[in-house]
Amino acid sequence: MASRGAMRTFPCRLKVMLMLQILTQLMKIVEVPFALWQRYFGASRVVWLFLLPNMLLFGTFAFVPIFLNFVYAFTSGDQILLADRPYTGWSNFETLSRCDNYLDPNSCDRDIFWRALWNTSWFVTLQVGFMVGFSLLTAIILNRDIRARGFFRSVFFFPVMLSPVVVALIWKWILLRNGLLNAALEGMGFESFNWLLDRQWAFGWSVFLSVWAHMGFYTLILLAGLQAIPRDVYEAALMDRASAWRTFRRITLPLLAPTMLVVLVLAVIKGVQTFDEVYAFTGGGPGSATTLIIQYIYETGFAGAPRLFGLAAAASIVLALVLVVLTAVQFWANRRNVDG
Amino acid sequence: MTMTMKTTVSAAALMLSAVAAQAQEIRFMCHGDGTECAAAMAIFERFEAANPGVDIVLDKVPYQTILESLPIQLAGGTGPDIASVTDLGGLNQYYLDLTPYVDADYWTASFGGTLDWYRGGEDRQGIYGMHSGLTITGAYINRTLFDQAGVEVPSADADWDTWAAATREVAEATDTTFPMAMDRSGHRIAGPAISYGAQYFDAAGEPILVDEAFQAYIQKFVDWNNDGTMAKEVWGGQGGSTYRDAKQEFFNGELVYYFSGSWQVGNFEENIGDLFDWEVVGSPCGAGGCTGMPGGTGYVGFAQTEHPEIVAAAIDFLAQEQNYADYTNSARSIPAHAGVAAAGVAYEGASPEAAAALNGWSAQVGKLEPIAFAYQGHPNNRAMFNITVTRVSQAVVGELTVPEAMDRMKDDLAAAMAEAN
Repeated sequence: MASRGAMRTFPCRLKVMLMLQILTQLMKIVEVPFALWQRYFGASRVVWLFLLPNMLLFGTFAFVPIFLNFVYAFTSGDQILLADRPYTGWSNFETLSRCDNYLDPNSCDRDIFWRALWNTSWFVTLQVGFMVGFSLLTAIILNRDIRARGFFRSVFFFPVMLSPVVVALIWKWILLRNGLLNAALEGMGFESFNWLLDRQWAFGWSVFLSVWAHMGFYTLILLAGLQAIPRDVYEAALMDRASAWRTFRRITLPLLAPTMLVVLVLAVIKGVQTFDEVYAFTGGGPGSATTLIIQYIYETGFAGAPRLFGLAAAASIVLALVLVVLTAVQFWANRRNVDG
Repeated sequence: MTMTMKTTVSAAALMLSAVAAQAQEIRFMCHGDGTECAAAMAIFERFEAANPGVDIVLDKVPYQTILESLPIQLAGGTGPDIASVTDLGGLNQYYLDLTPYVDADYWTASFGGTLDWYRGGEDRQGIYGMHSGLTITGAYINRTLFDQAGVEVPSADADWDTWAAATREVAEATDTTFPMAMDRSGHRIAGPAISYGAQYFDAAGEPILVDEAFQAYIQKFVDWNNDGTMAKEVWGGQGGSTYRDAKQEFFNGELVYYFSGSWQVGNFEENIGDLFDWEVVGSPCGAGGCTGMPGGTGYVGFAQTEHPEIVAAAIDFLAQEQNYADYTNSARSIPAHAGVAAAGVAYEGASPEAAAALNGWSAQVGKLEPIAFAYQGHPNNRAMFNITVTRVSQAVVGELTVPEAMDRMKDDLAAAMAEAN
């Protein structure tokens, strides 16, 4: 039996040895360019050779479009090829910024850009405020030893996994004139209301929908932050007979602050970039009540007629500047946090 | 040459010709609510049978793709070979001039009235597209609701106010949600505005969009949206210039009067069936006539195609009278081909209601005003349509007053014309 086993394993060993031989020969071939590279550029620069494929891809699909976006922002016309677009300097930025009163979009040349900018500011303020607040509350509840905790954690996280368009359609069907909410209201003897036709309500529901769709993600981060707080600190507070509110204010909040900061900055950046779910939900309407800055860029550059690529590129640079500032705040806050 | 060698050479030649034949693939990008694409493909299949080696591949896409993605693809040189388009003159710079490949006299005699719509550039003689079906904007009524309410249907020369009063009466008597609705489209609202006397162009033919008559109609339209005569959610419930129709409301029997267009006939036939009686009532009248807007879809070839002869031949094949008649019959469209229109279309297989509706629309062609044709043929009409939708919607929801919306429209038009090449 033993010799039979040896007979079986022999070809297997042979195969492995053969493979190793092939691999060795292959490596010898591969080694040639690396050896050459090391000889001429030094061993420390080999890292660039490994980074090259990724940098090429990243450069092609990130840096080149960014560069092109800058170039387009300084041209005009509705032609897509740069060769056909006249250079117009800062005129797109001037067009966007021409306003008698920045607080009144009606006084601006590009009123819808300013409406979108103000809508985005309000949207981010409300959405982030409610999102962080509700996420914190939910995380605190889910951190307690409640029944079916795992189930509730899944329930709150579930909307995060849905496509933004699905989220928008679900809520649209609920809020339509003949949707579920109105059916329920009528069933209870109330009058129905066209929620998406009223500017304030449509905006409010857009904020709500966005909070509903994303709060699970931030709840999860905050939950991780809460679970990282050492138990003994709470035990010490308990021994000192600290009230629940005092414990929350003096222990939980300060120790959760670094995580809160991450959540806050992430939520703000994500909020500024909001487009798909609100666009699918209201189309930016009624009027321009829920038109956000990304929708303005999309419609100006791609859905409008003529297609104003230059103006859209300029608006996207304005947005990029806002995002750069917000990212810088995140870096600064993180560094401060790390430095203690 | 030995027999073996001859066989080998023949086989190689056959393989080469097969490769060449395989290379004659024609991409056809098509959109349509009804049976238009299938009807066109049925004719193209005949073309394939008559031209072995040619393979016409259908890419059926949503209308939004034709409006938004196709121009980008064409600008990038990655467009299809043939497409169905509605921005007829706006994409002229990419069109293949069919003149060298077709019998220009036949085309001029058959499509003379619509050929100019495709000439968006400086060349006012070329043949750039085949109008596959004429569409006309106008209204449908839910006849059953009128009968139930005991309200007489206004006459063919009734004005908008008469229709508004009648439909309100019907809606009230039958507890119907909406008396009237109009598609959210700058093209749709143009017919009524022209009926009110809007000119759209100055004496030199330059677009002006806003004038007194236009403002008067828009004011009326906004008021109707706010007093419940018009379904406000169609224009007020969206942002930007996004298209929105009200056919679902009409299907559901929630709407008495629906201002849309002839292309809905197939849809109504399929979705309404025996639920209620509906009929075409055309466009209400005003100081400027009783006009709707002409329009429709056309099939165009693109200059960037690798097979201009085949593309031109395929479109020309579709344009031949018998083929065009078959297409019109299947697509349930109104013929833009003079010969087919003169001979009449039987619309075989169509329900009596649909056939009556299609004939009703054909009868509306004579009521179209010259301004409506000029507007439809203007290369920058898409910009004018979009501006109208965006600003009128803002007025409907109270974001702007009507005079403010008019001022904005003038500014938007000036900016758009400055940017458009």
